[in-house]
Amino acid sequence: MKLEIGNIIINDIQFAEVSEISNGVLRVNDSEIKELILKDECFKDVTVEIARPGESVRITPVKDVIEPRVKVEGNGGIFPGVLSKVDQVGSGRTHVLKGAAVVTAGQIVGFQEGIIDMCGVGAEYTPFSKLNNLVVVLEPVDGLTPYEYEEACRMAGLKVAEHLGKLAIDVQPDEVETYETKNFAEQSAEYPELPKVGYVYMLQTQGLLHDTYVYGVDAKQIIPTILYPTEIMDAAIISGNCVSACDKNTTYHHQNNPIIKNLYAQHGKEINFVGVIITNENVYLADKERSSNMTAKLAAFLGLDGAVISQEGFGNPDTDLIMNCKKIEAEGIKTVIVTDEYAGQDGTSQSLADADVAANAVVTGGNANMTVVLPPMDRVIGTLDFADKIAGAWAGSLKEDGSIEAEIQVITGATNELGFNKMSAKTY
Amino acid sequence: MAIRVVHYINQFFAGIGGEEQAHIGPELREGFVGPGMALNAQFNGEAEVVATVICGDSYFGENMETASKEVLEMISSQNPDVVICGPAFNAGRYGTASGAVAAAVNKELGIPSVTAMYEENPGVDMYVKETYILPTANSAAGMRKIVKPLAAFALKLAKGEEILSPEEDGYFPQGARINYFTEKQGGERAVDMLVKKLKDEEFETEYPMPVFDKVDPSLAVKDLSKAKIAIVTSGGIVPTGNPDKIESSSASKYGQYKLDDAGETAHGGYDPTYANANPDRVLPVDVLKEAVAEGKVGSLHEYYYSTTGNGTAVKSSKAYAAEIAKTLIADGVEAVILTST
Repeated sequence: MKLEIGNIIINDIQFAEVSEISNGVLRVNDSEIKELILKDECFKDVTVEIARPGESVRITPVKDVIEPRVKVEGNGGIFPGVLSKVDQVGSGRTHVLKGAAVVTAGQIVGFQEGIIDMCGVGAEYTPFSKLNNLVVVLEPVDGLTPYEYEEACRMAGLKVAEHLGKLAIDVQPDEVETYETKNFAEQSAEYPELPKVGYVYMLQTQGLLHDTYVYGVDAKQIIPTILYPTEIMDAAIISGNCVSACDKNTTYHHQNNPIIKNLYAQHGKEINFVGVIITNENVYLADKERSSNMTAKLAAFLGLDGAVISQEGFGNPDTDLIMNCKKIEAEGIKTVIVTDEYAGQDGTSQSLADADVAANAVVTGGNANMTVVLPPMDRVIGTLDFADKIAGAWAGSLKEDGSIEAEIQVITGATNELGFNKMSAKTY
Repeated sequence: MAIRVVHYINQFFAGIGGEEQAHIGPELREGFVGPGMALNAQFNGEAEVVATVICGDSYFGENMETASKEVLEMISSQNPDVVICGPAFNAGRYGTASGAVAAAVNKELGIPSVTAMYEENPGVDMYVKETYILPTANSAAGMRKIVKPLAAFALKLAKGEEILSPEEDGYFPQGARINYFTEKQGGERAVDMLVKKLKDEEFETEYPMPVFDKVDPSLAVKDLSKAKIAIVTSGGIVPTGNPDKIESSSASKYGQYKLDDAGETAHGGYDPTYANANPDRVLPVDVLKEAVAEGKVGSLHEYYYSTTGNGTAVKSSKAYAAEIAKTLIADGVEAVILTST
């Protein structure tokens, strides 16, 4: 499967009469966006705002971040099985509005949404401060359950991203990247001298608002399976997840998975990257056992020499991470795990809820309990009503001047476990 | 004015004698004694060993509380800017004394301190979190080598300069996980690490696996129908409105509440809908009351204890558990049901 990613670099985003992309500027007609969203009767109102890098803007409570993409050649459409038909994606050409994103905000659970600061110290912790964001603040009608609200927000974000993505169909990309993974037999034969490497991609599926979807299927219902890496670039995996902001994988993270990107970077040089095994993080022990058995079996079935395993969330999923690592290592396959840490504000507690000697190669996104003072911003998109309650904050986190003292846990994407950030932790 | 350094050493390095003199009590001398001379020379006039406190290893070990107090008083009388203890190399009692003095100087006098010893010296394990310990060789033959870094480290401390990571500044890690920004993205670091591991090259994990406490289950309650049972939960069940403002994650406290006041959850790690609709789902008061009515359980403790386990440090949980256990025992509770989420 071969996919060309055509990046159209977006340097600015503006409101305009006509939605279009020209000279690196994304122009958006906001009433068009409102109309699109308010077609869904779950919403009472929506506010559409712009947040650019460096602006004194705080966005909260953030639910998801999505990169606008569109398929211009090849099978299927973006968000297959959700907005597009369930066609097989991952080949042909996809255009990307690089540097732009759609951010959905709204109070779904209150303490399970996050904060994005566009400048100041908080901006250093989130990759989304570097993007030109179109933010939609989604207000539910009265009496909507959190489940209906979450689904409506999820769909609204995807629809806006699809809408913006379509503006890029006829735009000439600034750069084109090509990614190719052949069928297993051919791919194995292509670099017989290089170690065969796979990627074990754990998806948050604890249920009850902790969900991820693959081609529209709730991933807690899946048995681990194999995907071409390029399918994920076409948004075959989307987030439906409300959990601590710092280490939830937003849809944007899935679309731009850095482990996949870096495995491709070494493909044909140091390794032979043969494919992705997706698995889940369910709460029942039997599910954990079954899924980790399956990932280990699939890794062995593919004859892998090595695998990177990534996690989403913390605590309970630490057990899935360690089970996967232990069982895959037991097959004689070398692993590196990617996680983050909850070592306490002083950093002196154990970082994980589970451990094993097999996990001797760990990459960490950092200690989520470390605290930070986010300075006041001139403009707040959304509301600060939950600043004292978000996971990682405490009573009194929000100061009178509008600054927030809290753990970096509150910042969307701060300790991402796909290795998105340039942050780690070490023992002092 | 030069930086004032006080040096702590044992009877052996003070030239008083070996084991036969280990019983001597603390003594304060002006200026440097023994290895203090070499340290003083390293300071190049920037600092001065103004006094040396000497204490026999046995004396210190056998009278830790009083000895430590006496030593601290002597140190404090000299108004030091920094205190150096040892180096103790592989001498166990000397290492312990050096660590204890250095830790107490930090904690009780608020003066920075540093010591140095061999990695297997028990003093390392005992005091590594409470003071800076620099690694040395396992015998005094390593004295020449440690003097320079030890003096440099003490100067850094006295000047209030930032102490960098253990690798950069050459001390034993104190066990605190601290974030830092890296050159490379995590995804790239992961793939690089895997390539090295596949080639059987040396690689460095970013997080060495922790060692967990193993807790043996206690013996079964002999006769439940006579026992007083309590419930303790990390599921965040609190009275409506969360009066103590227990955090949704990384809890800094726990609460003690009457069983009948259970109203909602403060936990930020799971969907609260079902726990809010009926807190018995997390705190099974209903079932336990039935069990009491049926005579299966003797009685229920009228209070329950609750915190949020979500992202809460093990160190905090341990501290809460110790307090809760004490109260429960005092209240005659014989068994506890722990519920999590």
